[in-house]
This record gives sequence, C-alpha cells and structure tokens, in this order.
Amino acid sequence: MAHLLEAKNITKRFGGLTAVDNVSFHVDAGEVVALVGDNGAGKSTLIKIISGVHKPDEGEIFLNGQKIHIDSPIDAISHGIETIYQDLALAENMDVPSNIFLGRERTKKVLGCINVVDYEHMSSESRKVLDRLDIRIPSLKANIRNLSGGQRQAVAISRSIYWNAKVLIMDEPTAALGISEQKKVLELVSSLKKQGIAIIIISHQMYDVFSVADRIIVMRRGIKAGERLVKDTTSEEVVSLIVGAESVEKRSQ
Amino acid sequence: MAVERTLKDARFKYISPGSGGFFQTSLGRFSARNWALLFLILMIVVFSIGSSGFFDIVNFQNIIHLSTGAFLLAAAELLVVITGGIDLSIGYVYGLSSVLGAKVMQILYAGGAAGMPVWQVIALGCLAALSVSILPGLANGVLITHFKVPPFIATMGMWGICNGITLFLADGFMPVMGAPSEINAIGNSYFLYIDPSKSISFFTKPSYITQADIRSILRLVPNSLFLSLAVLLVLGFVLGRTRFGKHTYAIGGSMDAAVRSGIDVKRHLIMIYVIASFVSGVAGLFNLFQTGIGNYTPSGANYELMAVAAVVIGGASLTGGKGRILGTAVGVLVLAVLENGLQIIGVSAFYRYIGVGVLLTIAVIIDRAFPDLF
Ligand SMILES: Nc1ncnc2c1ncn2[C@@H]1O[C@H](COP(=O)(O)OP(=O)(O)OP(=O)(O)O)[C@@H](O)[C@H]1O
Ligand SMILES: [Mg+2]
Repeated sequence: MAHLLEAKNITKRFGGLTAVDNVSFHVDAGEVVALVGDNGAGKSTLIKIISGVHKPDEGEIFLNGQKIHIDSPIDAISHGIETIYQDLALAENMDVPSNIFLGRERTKKVLGCINVVDYEHMSSESRKVLDRLDIRIPSLKANIRNLSGGQRQAVAISRSIYWNAKVLIMDEPTAALGISEQKKVLELVSSLKKQGIAIIIISHQMYDVFSVADRIIVMRRGIKAGERLVKDTTSEEVVSLIVGAESVEKRSQ
Repeated sequence: MAVERTLKDARFKYISPGSGGFFQTSLGRFSARNWALLFLILMIVVFSIGSSGFFDIVNFQNIIHLSTGAFLLAAAELLVVITGGIDLSIGYVYGLSSVLGAKVMQILYAGGAAGMPVWQVIALGCLAALSVSILPGLANGVLITHFKVPPFIATMGMWGICNGITLFLADGFMPVMGAPSEINAIGNSYFLYIDPSKSISFFTKPSYITQADIRSILRLVPNSLFLSLAVLLVLGFVLGRTRFGKHTYAIGGSMDAAVRSGIDVKRHLIMIYVIASFVSGVAGLFNLFQTGIGNYTPSGANYELMAVAAVVIGGASLTGGKGRILGTAVGVLVLAVLENGLQIIGVSAFYRYIGVGVLLTIAVIIDRAFPDLF
C-alpha cells in the first residue's frame, strides 16, 4: 500500500551549497518519524520543501501514492500538510485568535452582503483548542509579542491542529520550552498520533525522539546518513550517525 | 529571528519609562496612547485663547475643507505603511489626476462649444483621471513584489514619472483651465445653508444670495467632509473588520508568517499599492472640483511626506504592522490645526516645519516605548 506521504530524491541547493542532497523518506498515518541531525544538516530545509516554502531543485512528493505539486504554503495546507516552524512564524503584532486563524479567518455577513471577520467565533474556537491542549493564556487579546515561549509554541500548535491536519510537521517544538511544557507537547504528539495523524518531528533531544517516535531519520550535511526503527536502535547509535563517528574514526587512522 | 527578538526586547527595556513611573499608570498609558489627540485639544485651546479669528465655525470648516486632500493622502499612505512599506508617489499621483481630469474636461467641453452634455463631460473627465490613477499603484506593486524593488525606490521612480507626465499635460507649470464651472458647485457646496431670518436650503445656496455676500449666511458641513468621512470610514472598516485588513496587518507584522499561512502576499501588496494610488487619484480629482482648475503638484509641496508625518503622528509605525485610520485622521488634524493656528496668530511659516519635526520625534519615541499601544 502507498505511504501517506512520500518524498523521493529531494535535492535543494542554495547557490553553491547543497542543503539537501538526494534525500528520500516517507511517513504513514499514525506514525511519528523523527528527523535528527546536527545544526545545518538540512532538516529545516527538507521540511520547508514539503510545506511549500522552498521549491526543490530535484525530487518528487507523493500523497497516498499520488504525485502532488507543492508550489506554495497554501498548496501544502490544502493537501492537509500543516507545519509548525522552528521560528513559529507567528504575527507578533497580532493577538491569539488572529494568529490561530491567520489566512483562514472566519467571516460572517453584515447587512446581508459584506463579509466581516467573526472575531467572537474565532475567539471562542481558540479558547476551545487551547483548553484541549490544557494551555493557559490569560488573555487571548494579548499580542503574541507579549507571550512566553511556551505560550507561543502552544499558539502555533493550536493553529495547526485546529485545521485537522493529515500530516503534521514540527520543527523543534520543544526547544524553547520549560520541562512541564515539553512534557505536555510530547503527550500531545502521542495523542495526535493515536488520532491517525502522520507526524514528522525535528528534534535535538534524544529523550524526545525515543519517547515519541517510531522511526528515526538521520541527516548529516544534506545527505540521509541513516534510518532506524526506534525499537531496533539505541541513542548511542543515533548519536554516532549524527556526528558521523565512522568517518571521524577513518580520518584519524 | 531570535536575535531580532532579543534586540527588540532590549530596546524596549532601554527606552521604556521606569517601572512604577507615570507611564505605568493607567492615566499614563492613556495619555501616551492618545498624546496626539491631547496635543490637538491643547492646540485648539491655546489658539482659541491666543487669537480672535481661530475659534470660529467658519474657520473650523475651512480647516476641514482644505484638509480633504491631506485626509485622503494620509489614509492612502497608512495602508502602505501598515504593510511595512512606503509610497512616495502619492503626492504626484494627486497632481496627475487633477491635471488629467481637467485636461479631458477642457477638451471635451471646449468652452461649451462642443455640444456634449455637461454631466457627460464631467463624468468622462472623472473616469479618465480615476482609471489612470490606478496605474502608478499597479506599477509600484508589481515592481515591489515581482521584481523585489524596495518600496522606497519603486515609488520614488513613480514619483518622478507621474510628475513628468503631469507637467507635460500641463504644458509645463500651467494650471489647466477650461473645465465646466459646474464642478465647483459640487466641490465647494455645503450640506446646509441657513439664512437665519428667512430660509434653509440643502446643497445649493438660496438663489437670492449672490456669490459676493455668501458670507452673510451660515453654511454648515462642506461636501468635502462627506468625501473625507466616506473614504476614512470605508478604509477604517476594511482595516479593522475584514480579512483583507487582518492580512494587511499580518504582512506588516511578519512577512514570513503571512506567506506561510497561505496569504497571497504578492497579490495583497499589489492591491494595497493600487488602492493607495486610487485614493490619491480621488483626492487629486476632488482638488479639481474644489478649485475648478487642474493643479499640478508643485515640487516642494511634500504632500507625500506630510502624509507620512500624519500617519506616524497618528500612531503608525514605519516598521509596519501598526496604525489606525482614526489615529491618522487625528494626525492630519494636528498638522492642519498647527498650520492654520500659527498662520492666524501671525507666526512665520518656518516654525510650522519645526513643529512638525518635533511632533514626529515625539511620535517615534512613543512608538518605541509602547510598541503595543494602538
Ligand atoms: N534560505 C537559505 N538561503 C541560503 N542558505 C540556507 C537557507 N536556509 C538554510 N540554508 C543553509 O542550508 C543549510 C541547512 O540549513 P537548515 O536550516 O536546513 O539546517 P537544520 O538542520 O535545520 O539546522 P538547525 O538544527 O540548526 O535548525 C545550512 O548551511 C544553512 O545555512
Ligand atoms: Mg532547523
């Protein structure tokens, strides 16, 4: 059977730099795939190709076996691929509901014909989805600029899951969080997995990777350095794939 | 990104007035938020006490009437500024629209000899002026979004081009005469004419009153105020209540967030520049209706810079993502009352420039210290 999402032979160059070099991977419904690798390994670039931010120089993407073209973020969203970026990509000058609904604002008609933004509806829906995540934000009217790192992350996650994603991509979702907020995010990942969502999670934290992921893909300087099932590997092996221990050994001989 | 945020926080902490100080109290925040309005009220009080001619319904209506162009140009500029851009061409789009409208009317009307009905002459003149005034905005938008030309440069190019075309149409520094005189009736009439002992009439002066003693009757609410209000209300509604408005703020706040949330940022920005240009064209056309002649924008008029000043005094931030129509309207009034008041009390014109400079500085300091106001 075809994979829910499959990327084949993706290559992306920035000028002379090959940020992603002929990488293939897939993810299935209800599966969590961790994408790991050192800083600059090309993880973010790879997922930005899936989410329509970058166009690949080479490679193809398939959804349920069908080849799809993702030329813009809206294409990815319309295919049910939601992304939470490392830099969150929230509008700092706007409040919580405006961000959760950014680009997809609910409207209502006034005077029978003019569409206006339905702020009350967006506000109560935002409250619901935040409650589902058990996240407390004192005032939804606060601008994102004034929220804590965890609250910002919560807004970004709420924003993605509100739209019933088929594929959820998370770029270092726990990086800026306190311990209890990290745990909450990981619990959330597990519960989304149970709901059948395919999740790609980028993380530097071995603990995160081993507690939520089913499969691990390791990237090193743009290439795919290895792929392991979590149940068949150890964090030592993954770390050595990340830093390229074999090649280091060879060079030192 | 992270670095940027830290810088912002650092700057915020550095300039933010000390904790527990006046600006932390609710009264303090209120006055920081509404400083331009408070300053406007203060000016009105001072000028009213300081001179006999200022506090007068005729003078107030005069200020409003003469500010029509400024209201519209500032509203146009605000749209662009919220997206984080700037439009330097609006002042010359204004002149182009006025001159082109006058030229078309002049040719079609031919001193009344051409035989075309007057309303048709006027309509075609308006149509020409308004449709052409869309073009500079379209060019600006396409240059900025598709060719990655910075707004400052793109609109400065259009600033020169519009000025050049206008002067060509105006045969070099000649106001364009010869439009039907009926347009003045539209541009300069009032909603209500009251002759205290005799009569009340709407939109036209009582026929027994000659133009010479028009000042003997009370005229209320100039037509120009309706135009200003209509434009301000529509744009205020669009910015505050519609998806288009939300997207405008989002683009100014974080271009990345807007792009990644699926907003068609290029198309949106092109529309913003087109609307700004169109509204400037409306302003120029109305100037033709007010004066009866097509006026090119004199070099040194600095309409676009005055619009930027009004927008900034009204609480918008040139870094984008912030600003409101209501604030902008207050900003326009601050500049207009400053000019009018200083003139009436007989203060030399160059003090006005100093005043504008000081106000701008205050506006920017307040914006930096209170990024979340407005
Ligand atoms: N827009 C861009 N233009 C040019 N180079 C880029 C761009 N985006 C990323 N790169 C480069 O591509 C390489 C891969 O970057 P990427 O952000 O994908 O790494 P990463 O694995 O996500 O790293 P980190 O763990 O630090 O987030 C880096 O060398 C980076 O400098
Ligand atoms: Mg990254």
